[in-house]
Amino acid sequence: MQEPGRVHGEESAPGPVRRAAGALEAEILGIVRGASEALSPGEVRERIAAGQQPDLSYSTVVTIISRLHDKGLLTRQRSGRGFIYTAVDEASVAASRMSSALGSGIDHDAVLSRFVSGLSGRDARLLRELLAEARDPGGTGDSAAAAGKPAERD
Amino acid sequence: MWLLYLPLLIPALAGLTARPLAALLEPRQATWLLTISAVALATCSSVALALLAAYAAARVPDLAALFDYSQRIVRRADPISLPAGALAGIALVAAAIAVAILFRSRARALAASYRRAARLHGDDDVVVVPGTGIEAYALPGRPGRIVVSGELLDRLGADRRAALIAHEQAHLSGRHHLFVAAARLAAAANPMLIPVARSVEYTVERWADEYAAAVTGSRGLVAETIGQVALLASARPARLPSMSLGVVTSTARRVSLALAGPVPRRVAALLTTPPRRRIAVLAACLALVAVAGIAALDTAGDLHALLEVAQAGQ
Repeated sequence: MQEPGRVHGEESAPGPVRRAAGALEAEILGIVRGASEALSPGEVRERIAAGQQPDLSYSTVVTIISRLHDKGLLTRQRSGRGFIYTAVDEASVAASRMSSALGSGIDHDAVLSRFVSGLSGRDARLLRELLAEARDPGGTGDSAAAAGKPAERD
Repeated sequence: MWLLYLPLLIPALAGLTARPLAALLEPRQATWLLTISAVALATCSSVALALLAAYAAARVPDLAALFDYSQRIVRRADPISLPAGALAGIALVAAAIAVAILFRSRARALAASYRRAARLHGDDDVVVVPGTGIEAYALPGRPGRIVVSGELLDRLGADRRAALIAHEQAHLSGRHHLFVAAARLAAAANPMLIPVARSVEYTVERWADEYAAAVTGSRGLVAETIGQVALLASARPARLPSMSLGVVTSTARRVSLALAGPVPRRVAALLTTPPRRRIAVLAACLALVAVAGIAALDTAGDLHALLEVAQAGQ
């Protein structure tokens, strides 16, 4: 999650005029929808620049894209060290609006079979142990730890 | 007369043994056994309460006059004290109210689920909810739907997706929500059965896990999938489990599974040998349930006989 505060800080530089966040969101969504392939935030920013808009900082673009992603309007997949984004088609957006209402009206415990129930801190620890043991049968667990974080063993 | 207390004692025994049974038995067998036992025992204990109340009520003079039986004979034979009978009556009314309330809410929730499942577009069983969040659940309906968040699908590899979907499909095709609802209703009627209802919730998950293991051909894969999804869901923003795995192990002490929540127990069960069918254990449990039933029926017969004698004695 990016805090809006950071964005404000970077945008307080005299250059770009602050526009309504909604307008920017719509513009970026339009760009991603219009693209034939998945776009990285950098590519989105280039296309905004090509559209004669004043330069936006990279982090502003990332913030808006992740906001769109949070709203379920964009999906992302990992590409190298970052993410590339595609627009969610309209029908799925409608479905998602409906599905997001799924949680509200239904007594979850009553009918829904969740894949996993909640995990306490202790359960999480136990779970990691079990899985580590399964991957490294016969190992004491120390070898797994050493392989996982060699730097800290020194 | 002590027979009448058996249907009230056996549910306590069921409550104590439910969790070990859930761990020992093959999940499908365990689900059926525990659900049937819960419903049968709740019925028996309710009948026993009704009989206790009826014995006490038989002492009320107005009723004796109304139904024309000898109150003297009833009083002489009747081993149930008036306060015990009154207490049983109150417990019975409370149980009936609890069951009615739960039944109503369950029926409504199920109807809501059917409506929502019908409204989701497409013929696909699996509905992907775009957006963030680690969420996967089965939504009973006609057809039932499996709802998975896009983010979760993004993070799972193809084989783990298959394991997840197979697990949820098992819930829908096995109508696991009905087992859980039946057991919960039984527990509403008799709170001593609450551990049994909890165990049914656990065994349906195990049932779905084993089904997913059969579909994907790997119990280890299902265990890893549960582990990954649980860790993702519990720690957001999540580290990738592959990175966190093993890191904690060197310092963490071995925690006992006996007190653990359902997720580690499911994973542990998948990582050991598959459970076997245990007909003897099953038979012993059902025999005990039958004892409760026979005791309730026998006492009902006694009461009937007593009232007949009392009527003849009038």
